[in-house]
Amino acid sequence: MLEIKDLKASIEGNKILTGINLKVNAGEVHAIMGPNGSGKSTLSSVIAGREEYEIEDGSIDFNGSDIMALSPEERSHKGIFLSFQYPIEIPGVSVSNFLKTSLNESRKAQGLEPMPAGDLLKMMREKMELLEIKKGFLSRSLNQGFSGGEKKRNEIFQMAMLEPKLAILDETDSGLDIDALRIVANGVNKLKSKDNATIVITHYQRLLDYIVPDYVHVLYDGKIVKSGTKELALELEENGYDWIIKEAEGK
Amino acid sequence: MKLKDKLIQAYKDGATRGLSFEAEREKYIQQLEEMGFPTIKDEEWKYTNLLPILKNDYQLSESLSEVTAQSLEEYILTDTDTHLVVFVNGQYSEELSSVDDEHACICSLAEAEVKKPEILKKYWGSCLPENPDSLVALNSALSNNGTFIYVPKNKVIENPIQIVYITNDVSADLFLQTRNLIVVEENAQAQITERHQNFDGKEVFTNALTEINAAANSIVDFYKIQNDKRSCTLIDNTWVNQEKTSNCTVDTFSFGGKFIRNNLSFLLNGEYAESNMRGITLIGQNQLVDHHTLVDHAVPNCQSNELYKGIFDDNAKGVFNGKVMVRPDSQKTNAFQSNNNLLLTDSASIDTKPQLEIYADDVACSHGCTIGQLDDEALFYLRSRGIPFKEAQAMLMYAFANDVLSNVKIPELKEKLNRIIAEKLGVELNIEV
Repeated sequence: MLEIKDLKASIEGNKILTGINLKVNAGEVHAIMGPNGSGKSTLSSVIAGREEYEIEDGSIDFNGSDIMALSPEERSHKGIFLSFQYPIEIPGVSVSNFLKTSLNESRKAQGLEPMPAGDLLKMMREKMELLEIKKGFLSRSLNQGFSGGEKKRNEIFQMAMLEPKLAILDETDSGLDIDALRIVANGVNKLKSKDNATIVITHYQRLLDYIVPDYVHVLYDGKIVKSGTKELALELEENGYDWIIKEAEGK
Repeated sequence: MKLKDKLIQAYKDGATRGLSFEAEREKYIQQLEEMGFPTIKDEEWKYTNLLPILKNDYQLSESLSEVTAQSLEEYILTDTDTHLVVFVNGQYSEELSSVDDEHACICSLAEAEVKKPEILKKYWGSCLPENPDSLVALNSALSNNGTFIYVPKNKVIENPIQIVYITNDVSADLFLQTRNLIVVEENAQAQITERHQNFDGKEVFTNALTEINAAANSIVDFYKIQNDKRSCTLIDNTWVNQEKTSNCTVDTFSFGGKFIRNNLSFLLNGEYAESNMRGITLIGQNQLVDHHTLVDHAVPNCQSNELYKGIFDDNAKGVFNGKVMVRPDSQKTNAFQSNNNLLLTDSASIDTKPQLEIYADDVACSHGCTIGQLDDEALFYLRSRGIPFKEAQAMLMYAFANDVLSNVKIPELKEKLNRIIAEKLGVELNIEV
């Protein structure tokens, strides 16, 4: 589904990604871990098409076609979704209006008619239930005054509505208490299928108790320096990143 | 002949027969003669150059022309029951106006001379200072008609009053002096909208003047919809006198025209009165909108709120100057002012200046102005959800202007403003704000 080859990216002259190779197949869950500043958030932004980053080399293929030249919205229409570490507050635009616009723009890109209002509302209700979101939520301004937990739940709610092929969850566990974490993880797990894939970006192993990865990659200094299975995450939890850094630098 | 001389000559010839305030008009024309038009050397006109506008060879009056009710529909509220006052080329249109006079007197100023002479005499010019600027003097000397609204004590006018000044089928460029006199007595209420609209693409220069007298405990909401053709210039002078516990709002929505100058002046003359001034400015290529506001807290315990939002595209130019005066005895004054601007290009500009003169010591006054661009991170967020660039931009601009729009109390007007904004932004978004 996603194939990244030798990806190098920089921002304002600073090299952040120095040669990423990653292959994600449908039905898989990949975790990307690493210390602060290793390039985790940059990688997710670059996959989603953020234009501030300069791509110096490499390629990103999604379902067999090169997406490097596509805009963020075109990538979204192809089925890539990024759950933000810090979702943006947009006063005056309600959650329901935002979702309606988002969903119908995606449908338009696929040559479909806008979803009838009744169907849309029904779909919203179903997904809200999945994430244990309260009723008045839809009419609130997008992310404005939301708690950390509400913001992250709202991200997964959007993901549930857009039904992406590839979901990238950027530090979705940060700022969540254990109950919110369980709800969010539960939502993600229920949305999982053999046709979609998930990349979980996280600093801590905690989230991976709930969203169990098939593969774990360690990002350091803009490169994946080690890959393994879920046991690798446990090892990191126990021993920290130092031994991997030493190993990587010793190479 | 220079425009100023032409105007003075017209006055002397009696070519623009005014209302029956001969002595006052004589004083005003002399003031105009002495002062002349403002130039960029005047502090108040530093960023706004009127000179190119004054060069045209304007005619000073025009006769009524044929305008159908149908062609008017686009510019007015049609799904709401309203009182409608229509002028065409400066002349009152009996045919297009429709007014229910049961609870209030809503008519032309000329008609008011017959119907309500004592009210007219008492209030005409009463909001104006002794030595007004030359544009106010000009309007006062030469305006010969306009709208008169008188709401007697304890009357609540439920239906909004719409004032429309149309120009159409004029034989040459036209310079008009439109005038509104609004008197809302104790415990009375009125909602008013005003629009200046050209139909034929001629250069029309309107020097408008509105006086609002808000008596004790009255509520007056005045909405200005400025979305005229690109050939038009508007100088809009609004003078408000507020008595105790009155509440007066003037909201200004500036989208069209090539040159707009709004002068708003509020005098808080009775305790516990509240003034609100809000505005959305959304303009582009070769457009200028200048908001000059003044709130005079002449007595204690009053509140004034100002909130102006500006979005400037292409080489659009904006000016905001907000003066707040708190007199020595006006303790417990609350005065808030905020002017936020988005510049969408490098060639768009805004000159913004808060000007607080505070002579009392127990007051809460604040002001703030911001100038910025659309947030890249927010744009990326929306686009990553499949919303195209243009729509994402529009959504953020709606969000930016939302707290002004959300205050509009007439639902159909809010919808209409929404549609104008969407059209200006070139998107088909229906965001209920």
